[in-house]
Amino acid sequence: MASESDSGAAFSPRNFLASRTRWHALEIVFWLSTLLPFVLVPDYLQLASQIAIAALFAISLDLILGFAGIVSIGHAAYFGLGAYTAGIVSKYGVSEPVVLLVLAAIVSGTLGYATSFIISRFRHLALIMITLGICLMLYEAANLTSWLTGGADGLQGIKIGPLLGTFKFDLYGKTAYAYALVVLFLCFLVCRRLIHSPFGLTLRGIRENPVRMPAIGAPSDAHIRKIYTIAAVIAGMAGAVLAQTTSTVSLEVLGFQRSADVLVMLILGGAGKLYGGILGSIVYLVARDQFSGINPQYWYFWIGLMMVLVVMYLPNGLLGGLEKLTRRWRAKS
Amino acid sequence: MKQLSIGILGAAASVLAATVSFAQQPPVKIGLILPYSGQFADTATQMDNAIKLYVKQHGDSAGGRKIEIIRKDSGGIAPDVAKRLAQELVVRDKVDVLTGLVLTPNALAIADVSAEAKKFTVIMNAATSIITTKSPYMARVSVTTPMLNESLGSWAAKAGGTKRVFSMVSDFGPGIDAEEGFMRAYKEAGGQIVGSVRFPVANPDFAAFVQRAKDSNPDGIFAWVPGGVQPAAIGKALNERGIDPKKMKVMGQDALASDEALASQGDLALGIITVANYDHNLANKLNRAFVAAYAADYKRNPDFFSIGGWDGMHLIYEVLKKTGGKTDGEAMIGAAKGMKWDSPRGPMSIDPETRDVIEDVYIRRVEKVAGKLVNVEFDTIRSVKDPVKARMK
Amino acid sequence: MAGILFDGFAYGMLLFLLSVGLSVTLGMMNFINLSHASFGMLGGYVTVTLMQQLGWPFLATLPAAFVISALVGMVMERFMFRRMYRATDLDQTLLTIGVVFMSIAGAAYIWGTVQQPVVMPDYLSGSFLVGGVNIARYRLFLIVVALVITLLMIGGLEWTRFGAQIRAAVDNQRMARGLGLDVDRTFSLTFSLGSGLAGLGGALAIAMVGLDPGFAFAYLIYVLIVVSVGGLASIWGSFVAASLLGICDMAGKYYVPQLGSFLIYLMMVGILMWRPAGLFGKR
Repeated sequence: MASESDSGAAFSPRNFLASRTRWHALEIVFWLSTLLPFVLVPDYLQLASQIAIAALFAISLDLILGFAGIVSIGHAAYFGLGAYTAGIVSKYGVSEPVVLLVLAAIVSGTLGYATSFIISRFRHLALIMITLGICLMLYEAANLTSWLTGGADGLQGIKIGPLLGTFKFDLYGKTAYAYALVVLFLCFLVCRRLIHSPFGLTLRGIRENPVRMPAIGAPSDAHIRKIYTIAAVIAGMAGAVLAQTTSTVSLEVLGFQRSADVLVMLILGGAGKLYGGILGSIVYLVARDQFSGINPQYWYFWIGLMMVLVVMYLPNGLLGGLEKLTRRWRAKS
Repeated sequence: MKQLSIGILGAAASVLAATVSFAQQPPVKIGLILPYSGQFADTATQMDNAIKLYVKQHGDSAGGRKIEIIRKDSGGIAPDVAKRLAQELVVRDKVDVLTGLVLTPNALAIADVSAEAKKFTVIMNAATSIITTKSPYMARVSVTTPMLNESLGSWAAKAGGTKRVFSMVSDFGPGIDAEEGFMRAYKEAGGQIVGSVRFPVANPDFAAFVQRAKDSNPDGIFAWVPGGVQPAAIGKALNERGIDPKKMKVMGQDALASDEALASQGDLALGIITVANYDHNLANKLNRAFVAAYAADYKRNPDFFSIGGWDGMHLIYEVLKKTGGKTDGEAMIGAAKGMKWDSPRGPMSIDPETRDVIEDVYIRRVEKVAGKLVNVEFDTIRSVKDPVKARMK
Repeated sequence: MAGILFDGFAYGMLLFLLSVGLSVTLGMMNFINLSHASFGMLGGYVTVTLMQQLGWPFLATLPAAFVISALVGMVMERFMFRRMYRATDLDQTLLTIGVVFMSIAGAAYIWGTVQQPVVMPDYLSGSFLVGGVNIARYRLFLIVVALVITLLMIGGLEWTRFGAQIRAAVDNQRMARGLGLDVDRTFSLTFSLGSGLAGLGGALAIAMVGLDPGFAFAYLIYVLIVVSVGGLASIWGSFVAASLLGICDMAGKYYVPQLGSFLIYLMMVGILMWRPAGLFGKR
């Protein structure tokens, strides 16, 4: 902190982190442009709110996958738990969305915390399969307790009240998109702060070399538990927003398909960059919407092809590819 | 004289005006939501085939207006997606009618949209009783699970002659509804349920459950599985355990003896009894023509998904004719209530009170006719209404 | 009880055939191939097509299913997968999921969405009693085929040169390369062998569990469970894991049907927590 920092100012840890947290012009442009759908494509606001929810879910997965290196193919467990919590509680008198959101966050966070003790002890294939197993068990549990969850028919009788007592969730999706966008942005701010903090750096260290980290005084397990819990909280919030904006919850919020979809969106956009999840969600869901409109029966094929091409020619996801392009362009000029 | 010519001129002008406005009327847009991809894709194929056939045979206009169909893929059981698609159809594409809807969770989800936007909605397949109660603009042209299974239950105890039945169903909505319906009617008619078991929805192997059935020594078995790969699998499992449908009554709902299931099991399936609201084998003139045209275009036989699509389009067309092309929700549902017609499945009508379907239900047995396995009707229960809603009154 | 054991074991053998290829290729090259079950689906469709369109007898279609799946596997490995061996786990996951999507849509396009009917010849249908236990002929056939293949594979690994090459490549790839072993070629052959076995498994599966385009995704989960519980690159591990899965699934459904598949997932998590590398895994 003393005299050395004068000559090598850029290299002091505090300045390093501070430089990372400064807002890039492109970031500001991006967030402003998320307001455009209200004006440009007001008929697509429902789709936009679905994209915002998927982006939030993808960011929560990025925290553990992109930054801590935990490959999870069962992250929908927390998403679904949040959705069901919001839906079920709404049937019993509590209908204000923000209250339900907080409740869902607490419940998912609790499960996340509990499971993190298991998660932090395993690696590789065992870890992947355990994450899958937890999600599958939760799915079965929801199916078996159909008196509570509505089972395969979906949760019935969800009563979502107006947001903050005034804004009703209407047919046009204006409130839905505004709500989803605000939740996405606030959670994004939290994650951004987290990533560019010493805690975030430790996580990246764990991802690169989990064995060495405890040797330099950063206890891996505790850190992993912390980030996993946070990821579960955010995933639960995403699920709750889905339940509230659509007034529907069905078993598929806990399904393997949903875990697989968010994984695809994150890898497509580029993991470990926080914005990758957002970009991936936009591209995947818009492509899916367009392809299935053109060809309801075989759109799967084109999505699959798109994924294969992205992997073969853009190894770090779309965002990685964009970064490479801009670097090359900048190097040329 | 002048008055007459003015009168003629006035009449000519109004006819001209009417013709011009007629020609300028926008098409009636129908939003068709079906699971074109995913594990229920085949049901969407069958339904869409029938819809295309109906339009081909009856032209693409009704009530003086052109018909335009906008197709959307729900991808399977995905109520949030179905709801969003319905909202987009209403808001973006400005549809006048919502239809399709094979799966109950999706139908329940779009009910809100139907009610809020006041759009005439025709359910072409989803079979849970309460669906039509969720929106006053909904009508159904398919069937409800209790209609089929309660009829089978009463039949099993009376004309069927069984006294001890073991029930085995898939552990989710439609399976549980089927079980409830069958058991209630069977017990009311004096039969005894000697045991029951529910298997997981995606169940590849039935051997364990069939063993349980056998262990309780029944004289009849009631089975319900979703269509697709499971009917054939359960048929084979029954056969592997030595249960012969020719000796013990094996009863179930239509999908248990679908064409694919029969083709897969071969002669093992002879004797299976099922209850259905439609079979491509029905011997009326309308059906023979329908099946012939369907097979000519699509190289397969229609099934109950197809007839749902066919009669759904028929209802929409007839309603438009009755309202003279008017498409506001009130007018259309008003016209739909009480509408009666003869369908390839037999006579049917829309109940003015519940907006649900009233139709004949058939009890059929798998037999060999001219070397092929077919479902042959041998008992008909006329004008069946949905019993669950009838009891709710 | 014996009946449950028998039926469960037969079901397990089916899962074994579908999974063993993935266990070996995952253990050898660390290549995450989620499209493995698609090869199973392909084998199934080959059998269906040969039986329906060309009237082949069922038994004759089995080698065809194996060979065609093996060939397709070889082609895909050569032109697509080989470039991805050094890619990250995540990229491999994305690539192979993309392949699964394309295979499902392709199958729906070529063969339609309808479930494929397949009638077994008489000598493979029905059942007979042995000491009070119901033995279904088809299940017996399945078990025999699986056991024969297991013996061939274990024998092949132990006593053939190719088997030795596989074992070398699995144990220490760098060293094997250093000693002049053409690891790429070994892997290519192993991959096609594994895909061929999956195809065979798929062909055999139709008569028991049916076939439609969703097969590729539906059985992926089961295959992953067998591979992770059994341990990578272990034939014996896959065998034991698959048998365990089949028997416990069947027993669970018979004795505690209310729990459904819950029991299987709990068991998997439990075993993995106790033995993270799988029952017979090396790492």
